[in-house]
Amino acid sequence: MPAKRIIPCLDVKNGRVVKGIHFQNLRDAGDPVEAAARYDAQGADEVTYLDIAATLENRGTLLDLVTRTAARVFAPLTVGGGVRSEDDFVALLHAGADKVSVNSSAVKDPSLVNRLSRIAGAQALVVAVDVKRRPKGSGPQEWEVFVAGGSRPTGVEGLAWVREVADRGAGEILLTSMDRDGTQAGYDLELLEKVCAAVTVPVIASGGVGTLEHLAEGLRFADAALAASIFHDGKHTVQEAKAYLRAKGIDVRP
Amino acid sequence: MARKPAGTVALVDYGAGNLRSVENALREVGAQVVVTRDPAVVRSADRVVVPGQGSMPECAEAMRRSGVADAFLEAIRKGTPVLGICVGLQILFERGEEAGGARGLGVLAGTVARLPAGAKLPNIGWSPVRLVARDVPLFAPMDGQYVYFAHSYAAPADAPGVALVATHGGDYCAALAKDNLFAVQFHPEKSQKVGLALLQRFVSI
Repeated sequence: MPAKRIIPCLDVKNGRVVKGIHFQNLRDAGDPVEAAARYDAQGADEVTYLDIAATLENRGTLLDLVTRTAARVFAPLTVGGGVRSEDDFVALLHAGADKVSVNSSAVKDPSLVNRLSRIAGAQALVVAVDVKRRPKGSGPQEWEVFVAGGSRPTGVEGLAWVREVADRGAGEILLTSMDRDGTQAGYDLELLEKVCAAVTVPVIASGGVGTLEHLAEGLRFADAALAASIFHDGKHTVQEAKAYLRAKGIDVRP
Repeated sequence: MARKPAGTVALVDYGAGNLRSVENALREVGAQVVVTRDPAVVRSADRVVVPGQGSMPECAEAMRRSGVADAFLEAIRKGTPVLGICVGLQILFERGEEAGGARGLGVLAGTVARLPAGAKLPNIGWSPVRLVARDVPLFAPMDGQYVYFAHSYAAPADAPGVALVATHGGDYCAALAKDNLFAVQFHPEKSQKVGLALLQRFVSI
């Protein structure tokens, strides 16, 4: 079994990091390439870019960013945001992304997952799933899938959806709890446990990490932990996170 | 870094997969890279690298169709140092189980099989490799090192020339060496310093 992965995630818009990143001695805090290179040097197992603008006009900027990153960062790079078609997918891979993540467009047309998986193999396709807990007694489903950056409910049941995308050829599930995202209150562990039991593809946990203990909790179930603010804020380095996890008996890469 | 490598590295582009990362990594270690689908360029190169992504049957077929398969086999026969990466390792074998079964290039005996059920698939992430053949300078420094894998199929741990093994529900071939032929199941271009050092050694052979 591979080691559990730590994946810093950068939200980008028009080729720049959106949230502030407080590294010491960083020349340009707004350049994603600088941030990705820094995380690479810290021993991040992977870096993820999420294009939160995800507009068509923005595509060229994103491709340029991926190209520049791939020339400097020799660790896996996942890119997501606004991927709607085979062309979008292939363009990102050719620019140097190792994996491409899709979300809203897969909900709109689930067969897209099958088609993208065939292009370069399941290992190059991540399906991002954003879910929100339904109020108790409001329906049979515990978690509902949201799209468009978590702004639009779909009526799709979360666990059924992760099973379906795994069957259709997703190589990994990037699972975000909308309830926890941005709260720094920790992952939704019940959700993580259920999703990890529902599929045999790797699951990346996202949404809610505020402390190193949260990473440890999530990695008891998930194969990888995606986190933004605890690294961006300069609160912890990737090395500190790994040292902490190793002391807790979690298998991480040195 | 070691001395600047001499000669050209032909990076074989047969229309399957992302070449950019491998090209970037080879340039990073000082290689003079020619991305090519021209059989003549592959024949005359000082070193050949065959990457691969996606399915082994499609990659093997694409190599045959483009005519680059024969040039690649010729380069192996005449002693050119050759490195296969990921599916570039898998296509060296006689057969692959993927997509209902397919014929590989048949340089090595054996079948590339699906990793055992029970382990998570695809196998994505960093695993340590164990050295099982001590006489290959290319792989000897890698014992116990973590490298990045992204695959669902693998050659068996007892395949011809196995130099490194890794474990995912069972042991499998992580790297092999046979005279001038080298191949790795992991992605050196994505394995940070450990991977770049391997490429550096390859281009300095």
